[in-house]
Amino acid sequence: MKDDRRGLDEPRNVRLVVRALYLVCGLLLLTDLLYAKSPHFTFENWFGFYPVFGFVVSFSLVLVAKQLRHLLRRDEDYYERREQAADDG
Amino acid sequence: MMGNPALVLLLGALPLPLLPARVRSAWMLALPTGALALLWLLPEGRTSQFTMLGLLLEPVRVDSLARVFGTAFCLAALLGVVYGLHVRDRVQQTAILVYAGSAIGGALAGDLVTLFVFWELTGLSSVLLIWARRTERSYRAGIRYLVAQVGSGLLMLGGIALHVDGGGGLRFDYIGASAPGGLLILIAIGIKCGFPVLHTWLQDAYPEATAVGTVVLSGFTTKLAVYALARGFPGTEALVWIGVVMACFPIFYAVIENDLRRVLSYSMINQLGFMVVGVGIGGSLGINGAAAHAFADIFFKALLFMSLGAVLTRVGTAKATELGGLYKSMPQTTVLCMIGAASISAFPLFSGFVTKSLILEAVAEEHRTVVWLLLLFASAGVFHHAGIKIPFFTFFAHDAGHRVPEAPLNMRIAMAMAAALSIAIGVAPGLMYSLLPFPVDYAPYTAAHVVNQIQLLALAAMAFTVLTRTGLYPPEVRSVNLDADVVYRRVLPAAWMHGQRGMAGLHDRMGPAARSGLSGVGRLLTRPLRMNGPLGSAWSTSGMVRWVILLLGILLLLSYV
Repeated sequence: MKDDRRGLDEPRNVRLVVRALYLVCGLLLLTDLLYAKSPHFTFENWFGFYPVFGFVVSFSLVLVAKQLRHLLRRDEDYYERREQAADDG
Repeated sequence: MMGNPALVLLLGALPLPLLPARVRSAWMLALPTGALALLWLLPEGRTSQFTMLGLLLEPVRVDSLARVFGTAFCLAALLGVVYGLHVRDRVQQTAILVYAGSAIGGALAGDLVTLFVFWELTGLSSVLLIWARRTERSYRAGIRYLVAQVGSGLLMLGGIALHVDGGGGLRFDYIGASAPGGLLILIAIGIKCGFPVLHTWLQDAYPEATAVGTVVLSGFTTKLAVYALARGFPGTEALVWIGVVMACFPIFYAVIENDLRRVLSYSMINQLGFMVVGVGIGGSLGINGAAAHAFADIFFKALLFMSLGAVLTRVGTAKATELGGLYKSMPQTTVLCMIGAASISAFPLFSGFVTKSLILEAVAEEHRTVVWLLLLFASAGVFHHAGIKIPFFTFFAHDAGHRVPEAPLNMRIAMAMAAALSIAIGVAPGLMYSLLPFPVDYAPYTAAHVVNQIQLLALAAMAFTVLTRTGLYPPEVRSVNLDADVVYRRVLPAAWMHGQRGMAGLHDRMGPAARSGLSGVGRLLTRPLRMNGPLGSAWSTSGMVRWVILLLGILLLLSYV
C-alpha cells in the first residue's frame, strides 16, 4: 500500500469543492421562487424558510454543543478510575 | 406450536455450537431465511393458543403491524449473520440467533406473558454480544446493561400482574397509560426505548460491544420497544413530548462525542424520538410513520454501525481523534457508509426521506407547530452528526495515516445488502408503504417536499463547512461527556463512600462505652444472619420443604379470606 496523495489532499481542490457547495446553496435559495408551495404552516411560505432554518439551527447547534462541552467534558478514564478505586479499596 | 418463526431461530440455535464451522455458516444463513418465509406463510390472526397454569397464551398473533416488525427482524438477523460470517466465536453466533429469535417472538406475542418472556430473553441473550469483546470495560458495561434490561423486565412483570388483576385481560392489545398497571408497562417499554434519563444504558453499552455485536444490538431491542409502544400506547399525548426530547437532546451530545459508535448510539435515540412522536400522535398516519421509520432505521443504522465496525476491525479503533483519510484504503466501505448517512439524513431517493416524512406529515396535519419545528431542527441535527460527522471524520478530514486492507468480503456484502434495502425503500416507497398497518394516502415525492428537504440539508452542510473552515467547529478531543448515568456511576457511589467514611469518623469519636454498646447492638441484630445463626446456617431439605408448605398454606388461607 503506497502512501499516495489524492486530489482531496490539495487545498486548491478542497477550496473548489467548498465554493461549488456555496454556489449550489445559493442556487437552492433561489429555487424557492420556482415551485408551488403547499404548506401546513404559514411560515413555510416565507422566502427561503427551509434553507435559512437549516443554516441557522445547524450553526447554533454546534456553537451550543461547544459551550456544553465545557460543562460535560471529563477525562477519558473518568469512570474507570472510580471503578478501579472501588474494587481496590 | 411449530408455526412460530421465533422458534425456528431459538430451536435452531441449540445445535449450533456442535456443528462444524462450514455447516454452521450455512445453518446460520438458513435459519433467518426460513423464519422469514414461515412468517409470510402464516395466515393473519392468532394461529396458536394453549393454556398453561390457567392462563390462555397466544404465542403467535400475526397482523400487519406484527408482520412489519417481524419481517424487519428476520432481515436484520440475516444481515447480522452475513456481517459476522468471518467470526469463529460460537458464543456470539448463538447469541445472535437467540436474540433475533426472541425479538421476533416478542413482535408476534399475542399475550402479555409471552411478551414478557421474550422481553427478558432479548436482554439476557444480547448481553453476550457485549461481553464477547472480553475486556474489563465491556464486562462492566454489560453488567450495567443487564441491570437496565432486567429492571425493565421486572417493571413489565409487575405491570402485567396489576393489569391482569385489574381486569385488563392477558391479551396484548391497546393498554393505555391510565389502565391498571399501564404506567409500569409504559416505563418498562420506556427503558428499552431510550426515554430521556432512562436511555443511559444505550449509549453506555452499545459502543462497548464487538464490531458484529453492536450491529446486531442496534436492530432489535429498541425497535421491539417501539413495536410494543405502537401496540399498547398509540395516541398517548405524553409520548409526543417524550419523543421530541429524545429527538433533540442527543444531537448536542453527538456533536461533541469522540467515539463514533457512541455518536451513532446518540443518533439512535434521536431517531427513536421521531418514532415515539409518531406513536404519540397516533392515528393511521402516526402509527404508519413509526412502523415505517423503525423498519428503515433498522437497515440504515445497521449499515452505519457496520461501516464503523469494519473500521474498528481493520484499524482497531472507532474514535474520531484517531481516524481520518480512510477513503484511500477502504473506498467501498466509504461509499457504503455514505449511503447509510444519506438514508438517515433523509436525502431524496434514500429510505429516511420516505419514512420520516410520514411522521412529520402526521405532526403537521395536527398543526403542532412547536413539535414540528423541533423535529425539523432534529432533522437538520441528524444530518450534522450522522450524515456529515461520521463519514467526514472517519474517511476524510485529515489523513491519520492508516493504510489498511478493505473490509472483509462478508462485511462488504452485508453492507451492500443494507444499502440496497435503504435505496430500494427510498426509490420505490410503494413497496414499504404496502407493508404498513394502514393504507397510505401520502406522496413523498412532491416538488415542494424534495426541494425543501434538499434546501434544509444543503444549507446544514454549508453551516458545517463554514464552521470547520473558520475553525469554529469544536475539535475532536479524547474525552467522555457526562450524561445521566453519572448519577449511578459516580454520584451515588461517591455519596456512599462519603457516608461510610463519615460513619467511621463518628465511630472513632465515640467514647469506649458507647462504642462497645453500639457493637453489642450490631451483633445482636446481625446474629440471625451470621454463619451459625438461624438464618445463616445450612438448612436441611426437609426443613425447607416444611417452610415452603407453611408459606403456601398461609397464602392459600389468605386467598380465601
